[in-house]
Amino acid sequence: MLNTFSKYRLPSLLLASIILLITACGRGESNVVQGNRDGVLHYGNGAEPQGLDPHVVTGVPENHIIRALFEGLAVKNPQTLEPEPGVAQRWEFSDGGRVITFFLNPDAKWSNGEQVTASDYVWSWNRALHPGTGNEYSYMLFPVVNAEAYLKGEITDFSEVGVKAIDDTTLEVTLNAPTPYFVQLMDHYSTFAVHPETLMQFGEMTDRYTPWTRVGNIVSNGAFTLTEWSLNRRIVVEKSEHYWDRDKVSLNSVIFYPTENVVSEERMFRVEQLHYTQVVPLDKIPAYRSMPDTPYVQAPYLGTYYYLINTKRPPVNDARVRKALSMAVDRETLVRTVLQETAVPAYSITPPDTLGYFPPKLFDYDPEQARKLLAEAGYPNGDGWPGLEILYNTQEAHRKIAVAIQQMWKKELNIDVTLSNQEWKVYLDSVTQIDFQIARRGWIGDYVDANNFLDLFITDGGNNNTYYSDPIYDDLILYRAPKAETREARYKLFAEAETRLMEEMPIIPIYTYTSKHLIHPSVEGLYSNLMDSLNLKYVQLVPGRQLPGSTQ
Amino acid sequence: MTTDVSIVLTDAEQGSSLWHDAWIRLSKNKMAVGGGAILLTFIVVALLTPWIAPYSYEAQNLDLGASPPSAAHWLGTDIFGRDVLTQIMYGGRVSLAVGFIATGVALIIGVTWGAVAGYVGGRVDAIMMRLVDILYALPFMIFIVLLMVVFGRNVLLLFLAIGAVEWLTMARIMRSQVQSLRQQEFVEAAVSLGLSPITIIRRHVVPNALGPIIVYTTLTIPSVMLLEAFLSFLGLGIQPPQTSWGLLISYGAETMEEYPWLLIFPGLALTITLFSLNFLGDGLRDALDVRGSKD
Amino acid sequence: MLRFMLIRILQAIPVIFVVITATFFLVRSAPGGPFDQEKVVIPEVKKALEAQYKLDLPLHEQYFAYLGDLAQGDLGPSFKYPGRSVNEILFSGLPVTAELGFYALLIALCIGVTAGVFASLRPNTAQDYIPMSLAMIGICMPSFLLGPLLVLVFGIYLDWLPITGWGDIPGDKILPSITLGSAYAAYIARLSRAGMLEILSQDYIRTARAKGLPEWQVVTRHALRGGLIPVIAFLGPAFAGLLAGSFVVETIFQIPGLGRFYVQAAFNRDYTMILGTTVFLSTLIVFFNLVSDITAAWLNPRLRAQFKGGS
Repeated sequence: MLNTFSKYRLPSLLLASIILLITACGRGESNVVQGNRDGVLHYGNGAEPQGLDPHVVTGVPENHIIRALFEGLAVKNPQTLEPEPGVAQRWEFSDGGRVITFFLNPDAKWSNGEQVTASDYVWSWNRALHPGTGNEYSYMLFPVVNAEAYLKGEITDFSEVGVKAIDDTTLEVTLNAPTPYFVQLMDHYSTFAVHPETLMQFGEMTDRYTPWTRVGNIVSNGAFTLTEWSLNRRIVVEKSEHYWDRDKVSLNSVIFYPTENVVSEERMFRVEQLHYTQVVPLDKIPAYRSMPDTPYVQAPYLGTYYYLINTKRPPVNDARVRKALSMAVDRETLVRTVLQETAVPAYSITPPDTLGYFPPKLFDYDPEQARKLLAEAGYPNGDGWPGLEILYNTQEAHRKIAVAIQQMWKKELNIDVTLSNQEWKVYLDSVTQIDFQIARRGWIGDYVDANNFLDLFITDGGNNNTYYSDPIYDDLILYRAPKAETREARYKLFAEAETRLMEEMPIIPIYTYTSKHLIHPSVEGLYSNLMDSLNLKYVQLVPGRQLPGSTQ
Repeated sequence: MTTDVSIVLTDAEQGSSLWHDAWIRLSKNKMAVGGGAILLTFIVVALLTPWIAPYSYEAQNLDLGASPPSAAHWLGTDIFGRDVLTQIMYGGRVSLAVGFIATGVALIIGVTWGAVAGYVGGRVDAIMMRLVDILYALPFMIFIVLLMVVFGRNVLLLFLAIGAVEWLTMARIMRSQVQSLRQQEFVEAAVSLGLSPITIIRRHVVPNALGPIIVYTTLTIPSVMLLEAFLSFLGLGIQPPQTSWGLLISYGAETMEEYPWLLIFPGLALTITLFSLNFLGDGLRDALDVRGSKD
Repeated sequence: MLRFMLIRILQAIPVIFVVITATFFLVRSAPGGPFDQEKVVIPEVKKALEAQYKLDLPLHEQYFAYLGDLAQGDLGPSFKYPGRSVNEILFSGLPVTAELGFYALLIALCIGVTAGVFASLRPNTAQDYIPMSLAMIGICMPSFLLGPLLVLVFGIYLDWLPITGWGDIPGDKILPSITLGSAYAAYIARLSRAGMLEILSQDYIRTARAKGLPEWQVVTRHALRGGLIPVIAFLGPAFAGLLAGSFVVETIFQIPGLGRFYVQAAFNRDYTMILGTTVFLSTLIVFFNLVSDITAAWLNPRLRAQFKGGS
């Protein structure tokens, strides 16, 4: 009996499970095939969004969904990044560019059919700037007169802030100074309008955590409306009936997946569960690149990866040491090998071609010069080197770069460098306290303008983190550049500031980011741009196209 | 009853010769000897690595990158162009040390704790085991972060952190074994003979409960090695360019399709170690099995 | 028996209380707060955020306020996910993780106990070595390795099974359950083999055999009971540990379970979420350790007698 038990139990169990497997098999039609037929885009969104309240959240996955649900006064053209009409049909500058008048489209509607009015904007900007709301992106509106003072509680009357509803369709905004990039900011979700009555129905204006963004409650004004939000499973939006430009919207629906695991995301793409992936695992890229008609799309991205240097701590309190370290990093090799050509070597903080601005290249990979500088600083051939630690937050990509650079410094300068990784929040704490010698950092632009990168390093700037302080630099960025008459004059001042910065080298620029996606051939109208900003309104699905190498 | 007493007496008298007999029995078990020999080889290689490693473990050749096994690099190279065999040899130093020391710590605490709780019983047992419950429930991640903040980076801490979590289940298993042994005739006999509790635990309870403990210990060693990788990843353990088998495996897992050799060889090292450990462990268990030997 | 259970349930109260208190203060002493971001937050904004979540109050007041809310079953709002309460997130993820854990343990027990018992009957033969070797390979395969491997083989090369999701497409529960279960199966196999070997050499089994009972009766009636005690002791914490253990499986297979929240809450410094999941986890641990102790007692005739005598 025991023998029959042991002899047949296991095989029969196995057999049963195999039968179960095979009958359950055959996944049937893939998401992509089904989606192409029904006009549904399956979109890998990277992570579960924190929330969908435009004045509360910060982050990339949130941005994608919010920009499908809401629309700003002006929208970036996905190909040129120049602003084009959104809720506002047109806008006019007056008083030398200090006053902008937005003329709202009378057809711009909330998803409940009500008109989007100028006073909705005044109410929403009050909320976005109100000290009680705690909007982390409130600084987007700081170019507006008195906006900063209102947020900081220096004034309490919102009517003193430079935004006025002249009538239902006319919104007048007064700025502190002409701000060339201000209209661009109208496409950032922190400047979006929300529907006042809906919010008030669920709580106070400044409440962070009311359920007004839930399915059934939310009222929005974009090309899509929210129809399903399953935590950590998916978010579904459907084409809006009330959107003013609805005739241009081709998709019926978009499904956002919280694809946290990049390896799984790529695999979902491979079995046609996704049309679009948020990222591509580095090691998969060469194989995708070599495909004919590759679905891999890479484009320059407005962000710089760099190392912060604590300019008060020896041995890196000496500019010669900092320069030596920077010159000993072979960025070309790093990008070619470790980064698989998915980045561009950087020699400045501002990415090249930021709206026509090209930063000056002030140094190059030069181990000879680096050794000389190090010797001048008192460490010939690394003698007497007191040691140095690179801090990075726990992530594979940062580790790889740190390991490569550690070895480059060892090889070229004969100095010992140790690595130290910290969990994200601990790392943030160390960086803000400037408790490190060298720390990894990345900066992604909020808007396309060199100012967004260069004002990081003004004295005591919140994101300076290096103790770098130069009154001439501050003057250039804070006072002279904003007053420049022409774009050329402004960019010249930026170049001057950037030169001063690289002379002191409080940071080691390493590379400029790229955006990397896998896009199914059936998707049309997803353009690459510097902001990796897409407008789902223009996306179309063409059935019948297949992935290269697909057997179906 | 009389036979039981005589067993107790013989056991007590034998003392050191118990271990001697066990050694003889162990050396007759081919699988156990084989396992032990492999382990010993690994340990010797680990100790001698700085002198016998074919390449430097930190020197890179970025343009070579990840290359499959070849005459120059028997087990291939990683994405930095570093020799995988060298990496595994250096990684073994860390992994074997962590595996044995951290498990040893866990074993000593867990067995003692479980044996006392199980043997004494009553209120002491209740308090001791509820303490174990509390430690199970505390959020491990926060514990690790705090350890790092308070003490800084330190390999000793790694052992502490691992030992602190691994002894809990060990204590539970030990306690359950002891509890069931406690009621058996030969232990009761020893009690009635007036032997001290420490002697009883040491002489009669622990050796009889050793089977599952040895097995659990051999299971703990590989999981400790993998836990080390996780902690190092969080920043508590070793720092690059130092490496360990656990780290090599977790890096290798990410590129299993592109560079399978980066996963297979470190994985093999861990698997072989585990197999050897298990054969040795089983042999040890059989050798120490007092009752089995009386058949 | 009843008294024993009652005492243990009463003991659970201080256990959970100590866990909550320790966690509350431990979490607050970890560097970095819930609102720290890569781009530095304007101090005024940070102050406003802290005020909204009452983080500006003295710590002890926050602690008592939390205990007060907890007594009413309110675990507070999540910091990371504004607009969601911890209660809501727990209840959305719990059924999924519980189901996943249940399947995983079922698989683990079926395979593990069968293999372990099977191996213990003919120690040091092929019948022993083959299942035990498989078990050891299982132990060497952490789920971050096994999961992607199974996906690659069954999801992509063979194209048999869905590779992500939970309850969306038929069959999508198979791979995650196997991935999570296999590590436990390996442990259970090894432990049950060891436990069985221990028992099979004991006097009362020899007595039973001497009485001429058929071998299968000896195994099922007598040996299994004692032989599974180490497995049972292991299972208590293992079941509760599934919550943390399922994190890896949940991310690989994109499963909307609780494990992801449990682990990420710590990284996010989502104070209320850490506490909420810890309260929940400690209850689970107390409960399953109790169940495991009772089962062990029930399996062990001698211990059972002790309970009877005690009550």
